[in-house]
Amino acid sequence: MKELILLKCGELALKGLNRHTFEDALIKNCRRRLESLGKFRICKAQSTIYVEPQADDIDLDEAVDRLQKVFGVAALTRAGIVPKDFPQIRAFAVEYLRRELSRAKTFKVEAKRSDKAFPMKSPEICMETGAALLEAYPHLKVDVHHPDVTVYVEIREVAAYVHVDQLPGAGGLPVGTSGSAALLISGGIDSPVAGYMMAKRGLRLIAVHFVSPPYTSEHALEKVKTLCRKLTPWCGRISLFVVPFTEMQEAIRDCCPEEYFTIIMRRCMMKIAERIALENGCEALITGESVAQVASQTVQAIACTDIACQMPVLRPAIGMDKDEIVRIAYKIDTFDTSILPYEDCCTVFTPKHPKTKPRLEQVLQAEEHLELDTLLQKCIDGTESEMIG
Amino acid sequence: MGERSKMEQKMAYLDNAATTRVCQAAAEAAARMMRECFGNPSSLHALGVASARELMKSREAAAALLGCQEECVVFTSGGSESNNLAIFGASQAKIRRGKKIVTTAAEHSSVAAAMKRLSETGFQVTYVAPDASGCVDPQAIADAVDSETTLVSMMLVNNETGAIFPVQETAQLIRRKNPETLIHCDGVQAFGKLPLRVSRMDVDLMSVSGHKICGPKGSGALYVRRGARILPLIYGGGQERGLRSGTESLPMIAAFGAACAELSGKVPENLKRVQALSGMLREKLAAIEGVRINSPEDASPYILNISVPGYRSETMLHFLESRGVYVSSGSACSKGAASPVLEAMGLSPRLIDSALRVSMIYDTTQEELLQLVQGLREGISSVAHR
Repeated sequence: MKELILLKCGELALKGLNRHTFEDALIKNCRRRLESLGKFRICKAQSTIYVEPQADDIDLDEAVDRLQKVFGVAALTRAGIVPKDFPQIRAFAVEYLRRELSRAKTFKVEAKRSDKAFPMKSPEICMETGAALLEAYPHLKVDVHHPDVTVYVEIREVAAYVHVDQLPGAGGLPVGTSGSAALLISGGIDSPVAGYMMAKRGLRLIAVHFVSPPYTSEHALEKVKTLCRKLTPWCGRISLFVVPFTEMQEAIRDCCPEEYFTIIMRRCMMKIAERIALENGCEALITGESVAQVASQTVQAIACTDIACQMPVLRPAIGMDKDEIVRIAYKIDTFDTSILPYEDCCTVFTPKHPKTKPRLEQVLQAEEHLELDTLLQKCIDGTESEMIG
Repeated sequence: MGERSKMEQKMAYLDNAATTRVCQAAAEAAARMMRECFGNPSSLHALGVASARELMKSREAAAALLGCQEECVVFTSGGSESNNLAIFGASQAKIRRGKKIVTTAAEHSSVAAAMKRLSETGFQVTYVAPDASGCVDPQAIADAVDSETTLVSMMLVNNETGAIFPVQETAQLIRRKNPETLIHCDGVQAFGKLPLRVSRMDVDLMSVSGHKICGPKGSGALYVRRGARILPLIYGGGQERGLRSGTESLPMIAAFGAACAELSGKVPENLKRVQALSGMLREKLAAIEGVRINSPEDASPYILNISVPGYRSETMLHFLESRGVYVSSGSACSKGAASPVLEAMGLSPRLIDSALRVSMIYDTTQEELLQLVQGLREGISSVAHR
């Protein structure tokens, strides 16, 4: 029995003349995601992408799992391939859908016929298939309004496809079709979620993480690498840039007023991330900031941080409640890793009374005590990168 | 001959269901973790981080062979501990929902003994016996489940006969009857031998062991489905998600991981090979008058249970040993006690008394099996019998 996976494209259908670029990007991403499972033939026709395994022993369950995490796919379904001969189609439907139909109580048949040369019209296909299924599964009843199972018969150019209800796809746009962005990843719950949300809109990601040995341990870095790995099924490969931040932090502590520690530190991080982003072809930064979640994320503080760099800063979690963010973290399987208790950069050197509504002039004044350019350059020079995934 | 030394060339080790020889990769991994990478994975310094990384790699390898996510793997000291953790952990966690347990009469001693303990402490345990072919009826198990049943424990491959129990079918029936019941499967004799994708099975807990797959004794794991809540047996520093405290035994775990990695992608081809060997063995044994095959036709090819009526198991075992052939008399764990599994199957005392278990591993050779056949022939003609 031959099977394949059908991918229905989502918003891509709206893209008009650009559709081909998007579809090609989607196909490329699918190919890469499935590479380690074996050989597949992937082609497109009429806003559907056909993913056909080229060997019998390929794990199709795993392929479906992986494709459910590819952005740009609205829905997908596993289907059986049958020659375009109705008696064969009918017999196939009875066998292939045995599991689903044995469990269901009601069903209906939907037929689609893009090969107009096929001798039967869609309503006839529905009726005949339905009749065959009723005969084979006497417990079934037809319900055209709220069936337990919908059987689809699609007569296409090369063959006929038989399948049941579709599985939800990951939605969004294919990674890479919206450009690239640098994600400031901290190891907390929010930043991986922010990365996922922007990759979903088609952005390819690089990640920037700040380390401060001896104040932070290698476990924290391992944690961030694990988070990046968890993102790769959705976002593709991620280049992780690790920035040595100790000297910067100590300088801030030595030279600046205590209540501005955190905000100045965050501004420096943005400046460094912007440099790395520019050097790596990115057009935006991404952070996991959400208004009022912590002291450094009041609107006023975010305004001061935002102005530190020229690049647009995307903050997809800005309007979300913590529990909404956590729900996504569970879905993308980063939550359990994020809550591992390894000290990350931001909590070290925390002022006792942080300025929650900083004014830009005061922040700039506080920063004047630093030899910013030298320190920033040192951070850039010491940055190391690693490809994850 | 693989890794056998010259001295052992005459040995036909056919007791792999009792234990296997540790493979080279696993032995090396254990030695490395003892002398070089010896940090405590919970330590915050680089030595600890290095060990934590090894732990993660081992978990990935075990999860890959189980067919599940890494988070679901809890490392234990072996099959017995995993079974105990599953049975006591699940029954205690769900005690407010009910105190009824269902299992089969053909389980390994670590399951049977745990069940016995439960029945002594106020739980009601129902044992479903296998039929004469050695198999268990899924409906019989489902019928025994009611609204107060909190746990069902059923093995996948029986260690004495190799019979493959219909776990998935049974699990689906149980889910329909009582979706709250936790389903535990002792997968020790199936792991690494039959293709497994435990995340796609309807089981909540599965026990596996290292020393059955060329890993070290003292290693194993329990698969715990996401969302399945059980209580731990060992309390302490909270390792293994709190389910199994104690500094992780990396020498054992890394060796176990290495044994799993060795099998990656090889399970189907090994199965095919052993299937062919088993077929050949069955044919040759059927040709010997006086040998009866107890294992069902569709059992795991890795295990074959036979009887030589009139010849006491232990006597024949020692005779075969003198011919360099090592097998088991029934289950290695029972140490002389009559096999409850063969009894439950309805075998006569004469057959049980003379039962032998032949068990293979990935690199078992045809020569070894022929050595067994030859040994049996000689034994039958020379050993005193009734």
